[in-house]
Amino acid sequence: MTKIVTDVICPFCGTLCDDLEVAATDDGKKIIEVYNACVIGTEKFLHSQASDRVTRPRLMQADGSYKEISYDEAAEYTAQMMAKAKKPLMYGWSSTNCEAQSMGHEIAELAKACVDNTAAVCHGTTLIAVQDIGLPTCTLGEVKNRADRIVFWGCNPAHAHPRHMSRYSIFPRGFFTGKGHKNRKLVVVDPRPTDTAKMADIHLQVTQGQDYELLNAFRVALKGEWLPDVVAGIPKEKIYEAADILKSGRFGIIFFGMGVTQSLGKNHNIDEAIAVTKDLNDYTKFSIMPMRGHYNVTGSGEVMAWQFGYPYSVDLTRGFARYNPGDTSSIDLLSRGDVDAMFTIGSDPGAHFPFNCVKKISELPSVCIDPHLTPTSGVSKLHVPVAFNGVEAGGSCYRMDNVPIDCRKVVEPPEGMLTDEQFLIMVRDRLKKMKGVA
Amino acid sequence: METITITMKNQPALYLEADCVSPDAFAGMTAAQIAELSVYEGNVTGTLGKYFDVTGSAGTTAADTKIIVRGDVKKVKYLGMKMSAGEMVIEGDADMYVGAWMTGGKILAKGSVDAFAATAMKGGELTIEGNAGNYLGAAYRGDWRGMSGGKISVKGNAGSDIGMYMLGGEIVINGNIDVHVATHAEGGKVVIKGDAKSKVGGQMVEGDIYIFGSIDIMMPGFKPAGEVELEVEGTKGKFAHFIGDMGERHKKKKGQVIYANLYKKI
Repeated sequence: MTKIVTDVICPFCGTLCDDLEVAATDDGKKIIEVYNACVIGTEKFLHSQASDRVTRPRLMQADGSYKEISYDEAAEYTAQMMAKAKKPLMYGWSSTNCEAQSMGHEIAELAKACVDNTAAVCHGTTLIAVQDIGLPTCTLGEVKNRADRIVFWGCNPAHAHPRHMSRYSIFPRGFFTGKGHKNRKLVVVDPRPTDTAKMADIHLQVTQGQDYELLNAFRVALKGEWLPDVVAGIPKEKIYEAADILKSGRFGIIFFGMGVTQSLGKNHNIDEAIAVTKDLNDYTKFSIMPMRGHYNVTGSGEVMAWQFGYPYSVDLTRGFARYNPGDTSSIDLLSRGDVDAMFTIGSDPGAHFPFNCVKKISELPSVCIDPHLTPTSGVSKLHVPVAFNGVEAGGSCYRMDNVPIDCRKVVEPPEGMLTDEQFLIMVRDRLKKMKGVA
Repeated sequence: METITITMKNQPALYLEADCVSPDAFAGMTAAQIAELSVYEGNVTGTLGKYFDVTGSAGTTAADTKIIVRGDVKKVKYLGMKMSAGEMVIEGDADMYVGAWMTGGKILAKGSVDAFAATAMKGGELTIEGNAGNYLGAAYRGDWRGMSGGKISVKGNAGSDIGMYMLGGEIVINGNIDVHVATHAEGGKVVIKGDAKSKVGGQMVEGDIYIFGSIDIMMPGFKPAGEVELEVEGTKGKFAHFIGDMGERHKKKKGQVIYANLYKKI
């Protein structure tokens, strides 16, 4: 017999879908089927059931082979590494819950470490821009119930956030949007004809790396000022037309992704996009929202900002929090050789960082806390597998619109496995003893 | 003026934060006292004397003190931070934050400097004989007050984001620059004798940019406003005049809207 667990939260992307149903065995140990989730979310649940899963910490030996060790030994190794390092980097956090993040920050304070989350290679530039000029934003519920002008700028939710369009942005029929997609106008700005762009009323195929110019042109067009004939590969008539469409809506929203945050212009692109949103509010109600990737990267920013005052790239080495991406951000620290130990949790820099940084991780004392086998676990000296958060452990997570949602535990982890938070508590307690703190 | 020389003897394994190396911190101290000042390598606090040989003596005031930095200081941050008077000569390349938040005095960097040099500079002079990194004379993260006074001269090239949020003062670059110059500026003057790439003067409210070389991509917010004869940094010539950023907010003076100016040599 099976039992159905309802209202399950999907721990994959920043959309944090909360309507999943999971069929599990009666003893609550195995997942049989996942309903309502997208293909990526389903895979995340089913992947946790893999028979060849690593269930105990493994320490890399001199010859490159692994030796299985206990969680106690792994916690001791991690605490020793953090205590000895002059400038350890604690990176990741985006695929674990806020409780584990908070516990990790206690370790960071004790060890005087640098703490950074995946925003450093993702929406960190957004956070810089938000600091520079603010953020007129809203919740996804407001988008569903009110928005009739949708802009996707440099993002492709059809593939990256598969249920975003059906739950919130294009198709749902909300309180003031009873006709669903029929009374929504969709503008997509992307250099590639993506599957999202194919659905657009207007697709502006911007020249790559010139989003800043196009955003600037939108501001000029909104003010009715002079424009050159072509901006970023788009004729000016089309820019004026798109600006009029946005102005004429009742409630509009700009969603943006990696295409603008990590292409030429970076934080300035977002800065200008927020300025466009601000300008549009002279005519109608407009909001803007980053399409956050990991399911709890927003939560990591929230917890870090609440505890240290900054949302990512925090340097605690001198006993107080400092923040200056370019100096205190992970890629810069690693590529400049400004760290001497690497602690990774809930993310995979091995797959996403430049090669020289990954090489640096392989040369440093390093710990990787992750339920999966990843390129990062492959280059780290110690790999600590843990329970899947959101599948085998609950905890607070933040959706891309900064709404906190409590994740659910659906099944039991394999016998004897710890959660992120349980393992971090062991490390913290050891580190406290080493540092002579009560 | 008294001269004090610090010479690198033990390279740090990581990067060294030496924010005590400024005439203000050294003034009135003997070489032995200066060698006892704190510097930071990661979370370990050391003394300046552990990494540098310190010779000579400092003047009684900052204005009376000249510091010569010798040896390889490519891994030393914050040289000349917050200095208000006196002089400093860095003989080789230096790392980030050279002359950050300086309010007076002179710094001569004979080599190149990395990013964030002269962050939020208020006064004084910074001369760089090599190249400068990104965020030269820009505001600190999250701050809307960039460089507000003083002069920065660079003989080589400079990186991106120079003069971000600039309020006043002057930056002169002899070579080329990367993207973004004087973004969000509300005053000041930037002269680029070489080429600029793109995003020149984006979101600029007020201030002047002079470009002697080429601009790869013009900002659409800058509108042509005729040609003018100008003398800039000793060079006379004809410049194409643009006003902008038309998308940005602007102040009014005596009923006239004040735009930022971009002059490009013809």
